[in-house]
Amino acid sequence: MTLELFLQHLTNGISLGSLYALIAIGYTMVYGILRLINFAHGDLIMVAAYIAFYGVGIFALPWYLSFFIAVLLSMTLGIITEKAAYKPLRNSPRITILISAIGVSFLLQNLGIVLFGGRPKAFQVPEIFAKVYNFGGVNIVGVTFFIPVITVILLILLVYLINFTKAGMAMRAVAKDYDTSSLMGIDVNRIISLTFGVGSALAAVGGIMWSLKFPQLIPTMGLMPGLKCFIAAVVGGIGNVTGAVVGGFLLGLGEILLVAFFPDLSGYRDAFSFILLIIILLVKPTGIMGEKIAEKV
Amino acid sequence: MTLLLEVKDMTMQFGGLTAVSNFNLRLNKGEIVGLIGPNGAGKTTCFNVITGEYIPTKGQIVFYISENVNGQIVSKEIDITRSRPDQITKLGIARTFQNIRLFKNLSVLENVLIANHLNVKSNFLTAAFKFPAYQREEREMREKSLELLKELGLEKFKNEKSSSLPYGLQRRLEIARALATQPKLLLLDEPAAGMNPQESIELMNLINQIKEKFDLTIFMIEHHMPVIMGVCERILVLDYGITIAEGTPKEIQNNQKVIDAYLGVETIA
Amino acid sequence: MKKKTITSLLIILAVIICLIIAQRTLDSFSLRILNLSGVYIIFAVSMNLINGFTGQLTLGHAGFIAVGAYTYSLLIMDSDLKQMNFFLKPLISPLDTLQLGFFPAMIIAGLLAALTGFLVGAPALRLRGDYLAIATLGFGEIIRIIFTNTQSITNGSLGLKGIPKPDNFFFIKMDNSLMWWIWVAAIITVVFHLLLIDSSYGRAFKAIREDEKAAQAMGVSLFKHKVMAMVISSFFAGIGGALLASLIGTIDPLMFRFTLTYNILLIVVIGGMGSTSGATISAIVVTVLMEALRFLDQGFLGLPELPGLRMVVFAILLLIVVLFYPKGIMGNEELTWSKLRRLFGKPFAAKEVNR
Repeated sequence: MTLELFLQHLTNGISLGSLYALIAIGYTMVYGILRLINFAHGDLIMVAAYIAFYGVGIFALPWYLSFFIAVLLSMTLGIITEKAAYKPLRNSPRITILISAIGVSFLLQNLGIVLFGGRPKAFQVPEIFAKVYNFGGVNIVGVTFFIPVITVILLILLVYLINFTKAGMAMRAVAKDYDTSSLMGIDVNRIISLTFGVGSALAAVGGIMWSLKFPQLIPTMGLMPGLKCFIAAVVGGIGNVTGAVVGGFLLGLGEILLVAFFPDLSGYRDAFSFILLIIILLVKPTGIMGEKIAEKV
Repeated sequence: MTLLLEVKDMTMQFGGLTAVSNFNLRLNKGEIVGLIGPNGAGKTTCFNVITGEYIPTKGQIVFYISENVNGQIVSKEIDITRSRPDQITKLGIARTFQNIRLFKNLSVLENVLIANHLNVKSNFLTAAFKFPAYQREEREMREKSLELLKELGLEKFKNEKSSSLPYGLQRRLEIARALATQPKLLLLDEPAAGMNPQESIELMNLINQIKEKFDLTIFMIEHHMPVIMGVCERILVLDYGITIAEGTPKEIQNNQKVIDAYLGVETIA
Repeated sequence: MKKKTITSLLIILAVIICLIIAQRTLDSFSLRILNLSGVYIIFAVSMNLINGFTGQLTLGHAGFIAVGAYTYSLLIMDSDLKQMNFFLKPLISPLDTLQLGFFPAMIIAGLLAALTGFLVGAPALRLRGDYLAIATLGFGEIIRIIFTNTQSITNGSLGLKGIPKPDNFFFIKMDNSLMWWIWVAAIITVVFHLLLIDSSYGRAFKAIREDEKAAQAMGVSLFKHKVMAMVISSFFAGIGGALLASLIGTIDPLMFRFTLTYNILLIVVIGGMGSTSGATISAIVVTVLMEALRFLDQGFLGLPELPGLRMVVFAILLLIVVLFYPKGIMGNEELTWSKLRRLFGKPFAAKEVNR
């Protein structure tokens, strides 16, 4: 393998990894606060992609406006989902709320089929993302370059939000101790909505960038990336934002490099993340950056 | 005096925190020994190490069982330091929990029946299809469990959901359940917690009664001083994971270190 | 005890009579739904053993079903049929010529699924809660991905077509022998699970669900019992998979995505986690409802065709159950005569009290 080719794979891996990371953050934030695997998170990828598609295709909006509206609407949907399907179950057994999440995912996918049709649609990639740039012999499609850049910008904003704002402090407090936080006068419901909003927005950005990279839309497109990003969150240590980023990159790079070095195994590409997941769970069940929580007897 | 359980130089650390350090214990057959100390002194940790819930960072736990070999009683020592809780229960060490852990949605009788499961010889197929051998086992289990419930005065509640019992009776049921595993050593984790004086006296009687009836050795954690002073023959005192005193109730009552450890927390009656 | 046995036998007899009537009167479409219900009973009841009774949330059922379906299909097809199917890459020997009867093929399908259940369960069941759920979901997906890629054994994504149906029921030739196989298997599955739960092992499973630590302190080996529940559960999933393959006649790896697991989980939830009778009733209700709502997809009241609308309605139904009736139909209790009497016979009960 030549160095150029290797670098090409590497940039590809980084770009896929940052997509995973972006979406994984939503899972990890929600899990940190509600201890819930939000199965419907992956479907927001699909919702955002379709809204962006229709914004450009039918309403003839400029792409940036259309993308912005897609992110806003997906965010709203994420918040509504929590209010309607998770909030009433907050005191129920964990399995019940998990099943509710599965139900929402099911509903979104099938609503997608009804509203958008089951046939694949081709996503119009704006010129700026489709152009091929040359960096010292390495050819990179715009989108491959822009994805990590946008991810880094969003990550910086997120770190700022979590660590240096009042809302972020409240988020961390609720994640640490739900009951005490509410006693301390934190509006827990508002913080949960905020968490869902931020997580959903990131998933929406991820979804739009996903469709720039793989410009084919189907209503079930959120399933696999959703699962993989959840795995990334678990691998990194669920509940931990840095862990989600690490997990995302590990998964993205691993997947691309596996196929690059062992082309025969390309059929097992999707299995890679699951195998990584199982190894991590068995070796260090709390993930790479997760903390060990001992159960009190 | 025959030795039943020996804990040698046991230390338990969680991360950098030492919960118990260099804990030593020798339990003789037929003794009732108490373990006291302020909150967070590491008492329950000791229990959890003995019952296999935690594997100690350092030290060894040895359980002595007497076996009948060709008509001769032979004492055998078994290292249980790394054994699983269920294996330890099978050897003959049963426990109750500080914060009652009954099978809440199951009936009182079922709670006790489950403790008989470790002796079931039938496999799942012959058990499911109710082979005669299994039916005999099931019948024996029921008889034994009902007898045990009667012994502890719980018989009339046998079909009640265990979580519907009043608090004191739930503690009793936990003891019944532990007894059903046919232990040689019984570990009681704060059996009198939350009981009024009257209930405490009943509990003391109960402990003495089951000790005689089932030929038990008892090791118990308790905060309630009248109970521990009234029942135990020997007491160990833990403070910050360190054994600061050991002796008869009288000796402990007059031990300056113990009084210091408890000062401001609780006075020894 | 005796009385219970007699009533149980009476129920089974009633079911058999219903089946005989159904076989004579129903058209082939309705029969197919009936058979599908039977298969889903097997899926739901077996999943309930590990998820509902033992309290271990596992999401790998589709994988075990796939193992059963593929094993059965590869054992039942004759060599000509196999050659026709495997036109891209030939099937490896000795599978290419091996052919077994229906019953042995089905049993081997169950056993291989059980073995898979053991291989998945032994490592995964050391995990708990959400972690166990995702790990088993991962294993299920891995099984499917392996099946997609082992072209010379499973025919990859092309799948297997023309899987034959049995033409006899225990050597008795009859038209609807598959229906009898399915329903006899379903009845055995239900009865077996009821009996198992009623035994000391069933109590041990429930103890693990209620409180793992306490169960272990009572001498119940967690690992042994969890793996046992998983293996039994996957055995029946494999049997169900064989019957599903036989019923549908065509299988491919996409059929065994986690959507299948979800469907079964939903049946279990609607029936009530930890109730065999609940899972049984729910399997029938959901399967029939799924078919009954099919008109929604085909356009109604002058609406255009809307594929997917049926599943939307179904998803909403599910959410309603989860949000408003989280215990499902039966909670974690079984259907008994006294409950039925209470349900239908309130006036009689009142009279008795007056006397």
